[in-house]
Formats: sequence, structure tokens, C-alpha cells
Amino acid sequence: MNIHVSERKMGPMSGHSAGEPVVRNENANHELSVRVRDLNLWYGDNQALKNINVDVFQKNVTALIGPSGCGKSTFLRCLNRMNDLIPSVRIEGLISMDGRDVNEPKMDEVALRRRVGMVFQKPNPFPKSIYDNVAYAPRMHDLVSRKADVDELVERALRDAGLWEEVKDKLYEPGTSLSGGQQQRLCIARAIAVQPEVILMDEPTSALDPISTATIEDLMDKLKQQFTIITVTHNMQQAARVADYTAFFHLGELIEYNDTQTMFSNPATKKAEDYITGRYG
Amino acid sequence: MSQSFDEISAQLRRRHRKSARLKWMSMGALGLAGLFLVLFFTDMMIKGLPAFQQAQIQVEVDYSEQASQLPLAAVQEDVRPLVSRGYLRLIPGRMEDNAELLGTTRMEWVLADSQVDQYLKGHHTRLSDSEQEVVDRLQAEGRAELRFNTTFFTSGDSKMPELAGIASAAMGTVMTLLVTLAVSFPIGVMTAVYLEEFAPDNRFTQLIEININNLAAIPSILFGLLGLAIFINFFGVPRSSPVVGGLTLALMTLPVIIISTRTALRSVPDSIRHAAFGVGCSRWQVVRDHVLPLALPGIMTGSIIGLAQAMGETAPLIIVGMVAFIPDVAASFSEAATVLPAQIFTWAGEPERAFIEKTSGGILVLLAVLISLNATAVVLRKKFERRW
Repeated sequence: MNIHVSERKMGPMSGHSAGEPVVRNENANHELSVRVRDLNLWYGDNQALKNINVDVFQKNVTALIGPSGCGKSTFLRCLNRMNDLIPSVRIEGLISMDGRDVNEPKMDEVALRRRVGMVFQKPNPFPKSIYDNVAYAPRMHDLVSRKADVDELVERALRDAGLWEEVKDKLYEPGTSLSGGQQQRLCIARAIAVQPEVILMDEPTSALDPISTATIEDLMDKLKQQFTIITVTHNMQQAARVADYTAFFHLGELIEYNDTQTMFSNPATKKAEDYITGRYG
Repeated sequence: MSQSFDEISAQLRRRHRKSARLKWMSMGALGLAGLFLVLFFTDMMIKGLPAFQQAQIQVEVDYSEQASQLPLAAVQEDVRPLVSRGYLRLIPGRMEDNAELLGTTRMEWVLADSQVDQYLKGHHTRLSDSEQEVVDRLQAEGRAELRFNTTFFTSGDSKMPELAGIASAAMGTVMTLLVTLAVSFPIGVMTAVYLEEFAPDNRFTQLIEININNLAAIPSILFGLLGLAIFINFFGVPRSSPVVGGLTLALMTLPVIIISTRTALRSVPDSIRHAAFGVGCSRWQVVRDHVLPLALPGIMTGSIIGLAQAMGETAPLIIVGMVAFIPDVAASFSEAATVLPAQIFTWAGEPERAFIEKTSGGILVLLAVLISLNATAVVLRKKFERRW
């Protein structure tokens, strides 16, 4: 049991098990998408994640907040095994999706990343055309091959990412010629083009201006009808605006996992309350 | 109270003087280097450009029965010492090929002896006074002149300067470099890709890395010894051949290609790799579809520079027998051949004065090729450079 509830404030703890939010959002979907149990992660000798237990629900936006270096991005990258790229990382514990442990030896990380897409902090479109940015992954995974099907898929992904109207006349121009906010939506289109179930977003708006940020936030709200979104954010207002659930990390521990509204109005832990009210961060 | 502007300026004066001095010194260094370059080019031009011209004289060639036995008899006695011996030797052959020639006498422009050539170019000559008079007379009649020297580009080496050319060396260079490219480019690029993108960072790969960096700094003649020991003595590759020369130069070029490819791969930002991994690329797909295309300009530039280096190399080729007198253009990769710098080296050791201009001419040709290779590298880099 590592969800610490302070003595001072007892949240409505009754009947909740490890990993589940302290308070459930009654309007949200409660089908399980990703279950994390006793997750520990070390960079060399340095433990970056300690006993994380979380249940992420389908077709919700789950925000991970916390001060810098608290492990929220590290946790996010565990979910599609991007941490595999760092040689010194050691992971223990269970991350299960669709009844399978993502870290089990039989699990192919390529298959995992097809179902768990990712959007990065800095927009990183491929140095290819806008069209190829979106079409690359579906073609590579043999989801489509006929030109007409690819065209249709590219249009659908760009429409879903809210970018179609802006780029439909310049599909063959380089993706890098777009503005920062457009590039980030292109990256979202690229991620959803392979129809994943989960989209991980690692501070997707931290490099963007306020207007682009608002566009992306609206987009997240729309996309959650189709996808499970897990986003890391430094911006607490953003978490409050877009997330159904919020998880607060501190020094590698998951301090509190709660319905967003409860988290911001009546947090169950002192640490979360202090962070949210700006005492540290 | 803080210092006034005047006080601060007074202290700054020394610093400004120092930076001005450094600026002048570096400009001086650049100027000096430029001056030497200009001097070198001018000298090469003055000495080498005459090699592209060759004296020819118009004489009566008598295709008689006697000439087919004794070629000297084909021309009259007064001009006999002025005509190239090598040219005269060809006459019987031409008469055999073309039966109509027999019994005819024609006025023809023929290749002059190198002494005539040197005399017409105003250099020291061994022609006797009477021979010089004949040349003067021919020139006055418009029967002796300097013409463009096609022989220099169409024939191989010869002991007679007027017949010596760079054709066999140029062809040898092309063949040798083809072998070098075919061997070192794929091996070098794949090695670099493995070390940079796949290999774990451990003691073993670090050892390999250090050794590759050291190899780039090894005197090239040692590669020649290695080539001799391995390719010729162990594998029995024919010596003096473009194959063995190319393989030896490939050993020398490999570290250059590996290092430049690794640099090019490293300059591809990790965000591109992450994006590719994020959409589910396998490691190889990341490299093939995203990293290599972005690194390609750098790889090509490095490889061209490595090849240009190999092209100017003589020392390792001495050991594998490519620095030799090779008059014929090699017909295959296993025949004896020589390369341009080796040809220049050979000519530089010839005693006859006429070879001085051949040497410089060869250097000019080699320089022209090297400059255009390096220019290609620059153009490629500019053209394919992509922003991200």
C-alpha cells in the first residue's frame, strides 16, 4: 500500500484497492486499460520509481503531475518501453495491458508501440513530407498498401488531429515547414494513424505558445472518445482542464491518484495539496 | 562608487589591443598559406602546362619496301634525328595494316623527337648546331610547330618522353579506386552503423573504437606491408594489380569512412530516433528509413574525402608493386597497373629533362581530379543537407 493518505485529511478511502484512484470520477469510463503493480525502476543504482500502483482507465485523459525529476516522464516511458533504449535501466514489477505483461520476454516492443503511441515534448516530425509523416507508420505495419487507402487514412488521421484544413493543399511539403503547434498536431496525427489504444503524451504543449496549447488541449478532449490518453504535464491548470484523472508523483513515488476534480479541490494528501497550491514545485 | 566609463575603457584598451593582435596574426597565417598555394600553383602551371603541347614536324614519309625492313629509311637523312624513334618504329606495322601505303611517298605531320620539342619550347637541348639549323628552317617554312599533345592522354608510360602519357596510370587509378570504394564503403558504413546504433557500450566496443581511431593515424606505408603480407603472400592476389592496390588502399580508407560515418550518424538528432521508435519501428527500420537518409550527405562527403586521400597515396602502393614502369593500359583488374601519383613518382626519377614537364603535367591532372572530387563532396553536402 503506497498511496499515502495523511493523518490530517482522510479521503474517502473506503473500499478502494491498490492502484485504483482514491476517488472515482462517476462520469468516466471504468474499463481498465493499463494496470501497473509494484513498479520499481532504477537508472544504474539510482531508484527513479518506487512501488508504483496505478489503474489507468480506457478512453480517459490521465494526467501525471509533479515537480521536475519526480519520475512522471520515466513512468510514462515505461508504458511503451522507451526506457529500453537506455542501457542502464532496470525495471521490476507488472505493467499489464490486455492481460499481458508488457515487460515479459515474449512481448515484442514493436507490437507494443503499435498499440501504445507516443507524442513527445518537442515536436519531432520526420524530415519528410506531411503526407509521408502520417503514412509512414501504417505502411510500415502493412495496415494499408493501396494508394487510395493510404490517402484516405492520411486524411482521416489529419482530420482527427484537427490539421486537415490547414495542410490539405500542401501535403507534400516538408512536415518541418509547419509551425510548432501544427508540427505537434502532425505528430499526433502520426501517432493515431496506426489506431493505437493508448497515446502517451510527454509534456506535449511545453514547447508551444498559449493558442497552440489550447488547440492541443481541445484535441485531447476530442481524442479521448477514441483513445486512452496519458499525459505528463508541468502545467497544473492544464491537468485540471483536460484530465479526468490525475496522478501526483513526488521523488519517484506516486503520492496520490485521484479524480481530477477531487485532486484539485480536496486532495487526500498534504504533499499533493502543498504542490497544487504552489508551496513547492 | 562604481567605475566611470573612462576608467573602464582605459582598462579595456589592453584587451582590445590583444584581440586585434590575434586577429592580425591569424590573418597573416591565412595570407601566408594562400601565398604558398599561389606560388605552388604558378610553379606547377609554368612547368606543367608545356606538357600539354608537343612538337610535330612535317616530313616526307617514304613507304618503301626498304622502310618496312628498316623504319629509319622512311624519312630523309637530314630530318632523321628529329623524328621520334618511337613513331618510326610504328611504320612497318602501319604498312602491314594498310597495303595501299606501299610504294607511296607522302608529306605527313609526324611526332618530333623530345629534343626538338625541348628546343622549340626554348629549353636546354642536346641537338647539334646543324640539327638546330634544320629545325629553324622547318619552323620558318611552317613545317615544325607545337600542337596539342594527345599522346599525353592516350598512351601509357614510355622511356621516350614524347611517347609517354598518363593513360595507363589514369585507368589504373580508376580501377584501383573502384576496388577501394566497393570494399571500403559498404564495410565502413556498416561498421559505423553497428558501432553507433546497435553495439552496447562496453569494454570490447570501446577497444574497437580506440583501435579504429588509431588506425586513421598510422603511416600509410604500414598498410602497404599489411597488404603485401595478407593479400599477396597469404591470399595470392596478383601483385601490381588494381585488386591488390585497391584492397590495400581500402584498408587505409576504412577508418576514415568509419569515423566520418559515425560523426554523421551522431549528428542525427535523437528526437528523430525516438519518433521512429515511438511509431513502432524496429531498430533496423529506424536506421534504414530515418537515420541513414539524414546522415547520407555526411557519409558521402567523408567517403569522397577518404577516396581522394587514397587517390593521392603512393607509399603503400610501392610495397605491393604498383609503382613501376607500366606502359600498357591494364585490361583487367588482375593485370599489372600503376596509378597517377605512382606515375608522377616514376617520372620524377627519370633523368631526361623532358620528363620534368611530364611530372608537372601529371601533377596538374591529379590536382584537377582531386579538386573536382572535393568540389563534388561540397556540392553533395550542400545539396542534400536537410534541416530538422
